[in-house]
Parts: sequence; structure tokens; C-alpha cells
Amino acid sequence: MRLMLSRMLQELGFEVSQAGHGREALTHLQSHEDTDLALVDWNMPEMNGLELVEAVRQDARFTNLRMMMVTTETEMSQMARALGAGANEYVMKPFTRDVIADKLRILGLTE
Amino acid sequence: MAITQAEFDIVRTLIRGEAGIVLEQGKEYLVEARLSPLARREGIASTSDLIAQLGRLKGPLHTKVVEAMTTNETIFFRDVEPFEVLRKEILPKLIEARRTSRRLQIWCGASSTGQEPYSIAMTLLDIPELASWKVDILATDISTDVLARARGGLYSQLEVNRGLPATHLVKYFEKKGLEWQINDKIRSMVRFEFLNLMKPLPSMTAPDIVFLRNVLIYFDTADKSAILTRIRGVMRQDGYLFLGAAETTRSLDDRFERLPFSKTGCYRIGSEPQPALRALA
Repeated sequence: MRLMLSRMLQELGFEVSQAGHGREALTHLQSHEDTDLALVDWNMPEMNGLELVEAVRQDARFTNLRMMMVTTETEMSQMARALGAGANEYVMKPFTRDVIADKLRILGLTE
Repeated sequence: MAITQAEFDIVRTLIRGEAGIVLEQGKEYLVEARLSPLARREGIASTSDLIAQLGRLKGPLHTKVVEAMTTNETIFFRDVEPFEVLRKEILPKLIEARRTSRRLQIWCGASSTGQEPYSIAMTLLDIPELASWKVDILATDISTDVLARARGGLYSQLEVNRGLPATHLVKYFEKKGLEWQINDKIRSMVRFEFLNLMKPLPSMTAPDIVFLRNVLIYFDTADKSAILTRIRGVMRQDGYLFLGAAETTRSLDDRFERLPFSKTGCYRIGSEPQPALRALA
């Protein structure tokens, strides 16, 4: 899944880095403050996606970072929790390339 | 198996006659893609057998073929920018102009499965001032099947994943099993009715805003022109028409003038006729 998303984003012109879990993602972001977009799975080892969103949103350096949950979690309550924690968008698996492209447009990252 | 030229001609003559929509040569694949599922649903062995039955007296199968061929994919907030233009530019102007009557009438033509009119309804709810106004959205389509679906407001996960901001999904939808239903408040804002754009328009309250995006592309020049003229005749003279970004009224109806929004085809009725398009070849 991560590879597929990476390829999609590269085709859309993004430089893409990958992280295997939430803590690795947080460490990466702290050393790459100019990251524009983070795609976050809910279910990750060590630090889950929701915890990652909460941690990032407590750090003023990442005000402009767009965070999009990409997850198999499809309950409305979970979606509301993620948005409440500071996720900007939410994509339910399965998805298509068009879904990701639409969401990036909503986030103002592509035209 | 691909359909023959003769079979393609039968279908395109039917679609042209009933809906005014032009199926150009090379669209045989589209006929196959749309009619093959219909043949299965009807218990007919193949697309060719289905088309053969169109040679008989007109009946429900003809209607189903027209509906299958004229239903087009749509998504919530398609193209994003037209809804921004609506919210930031057009609605503030109309709120000012209609401050006395406090009424707005919106017509969304060829509304398919309802994503476009419901997106308009959600956009209206972003403007608190309109909460106390009487706002009607009329959504029309030639297919009674899609009208029924649109009225129900039930969408698959893939459909709500596309184009719909997650905040709107949480705010305006309820999960029903594996599907998502738009809430009663939004559904009550939109009235869905049958309308064939090729026929004279039925009487309607003059719309302040008309959405007819990515619809004219399916018609030939004479029909595009006739449709635009009928719309101009029915809409408020200070109203607005939204077409697809790549569509134009130029050389079709010289009274519409395009407003300067780069990725949104938004028109109003001008005081002077607009010059026809000129080209050098």
C-alpha cells in the first residue's frame, strides 16, 4: 500500500519519503519541517496514526503540514476523531488514484 | 464481442432522437460498456441481441437503453473551483441583489445521481445568512433511474471518497451499512424532477443560478444553441449560468458573457451581444 501511494504521489510530482511506523514518521518530520503532506495509516506499530496526528499538531512547526489519514477504519466516529485531532482529510480503503488526486485538490496541493 | 456498425447506428439514432445526444463514430466501446450490463440485467444473452430488440415497437427497453447511454459519472464538488466561485463570488452578489425577497432559486440540469445539486446544497449551508432564506434547488435529469437514486441520497464508499471533503462527510452523512446516506436536511433542500433538455422547458420559477456543467458537450451545435437560448429565456436576467470550464456559449448564444474566473465557466446575460469567435486557418 505504501509503495503504491508513493508511486502515485511521485507521478503527481511529489518527492516522497517513507516511514514504517508513527515514531519513525515523527522523527522524519522533525528533521524535514518543509514537508507539505503526510499520508497516515491509522494502524501502525509503535505509534498509531491518531497518536501521530496528535503529536504533530502539538508542534507549531507543522502548522502548514497537511495530514491525510488513509485507512481501513470506516466508522464515522473514528473519522470525526481523526479530524478533531487535526487530520485535514480522510480516505477510506479501498481507494483509486482518482480519490487521492481529488483529495490533493481539496487540500490545495494540486490543481 | 464488439458491436457492428449497423448496431451502433441503431443505438445512436435512438439516442439522438430521444435525448438529442450525439454519439460520435468511435464510441462503439461506450455502447458496449453501457449496454452489456443492461443486457445481463434484462436476461438478454448479448448486447447484439438487446440491440436487435430495439427494432421492435418502442417500449420500456428503449427507455432503459436511453437511460443507460445518458447516465454520466459525477462526483461531489467536481472541479472544486466552481463551488468556490459560487460561495465567494456569486452568492454574495445574489444575497445583496435579493435582500428584499430573501429567495433564491437554483436549477441543476442533468443532475445524474445527485452529487452536483447536493454539493450546491452543502455550499449554501456554508453561508449562515442563507439559513433564514427560502432557497430551492431543482435538480433534473432525463433518467428516472438516476433520479430515484439521487432522491434516496445513498452513496457507496468509493463515491463519498471522491471529491467530498471529510468534514462534509462527517457533518452531512450517516453510515447505513456499507453505504452512506446524505442527511434529511440536505435532501429536503433538493427537488428532483424528470426533464428532457431537448424539449421545451416546463414552467419553473425563474432560476437565479443554473448549473449545466459538462452537459452541452454531448449535443450538436444546433441543439447546444437551442438549449442555451431556452435557458436564457427562463433564467433571471441578472442570474448566472455555470458550464464546464472547457465549454463555451460563444458562437452558440451571443447574449451570454463569460465572467473572468479562469477554471470556471460562469456566465451572465450581457447587455450587448457578444462577438462570434473568429479564427484564421
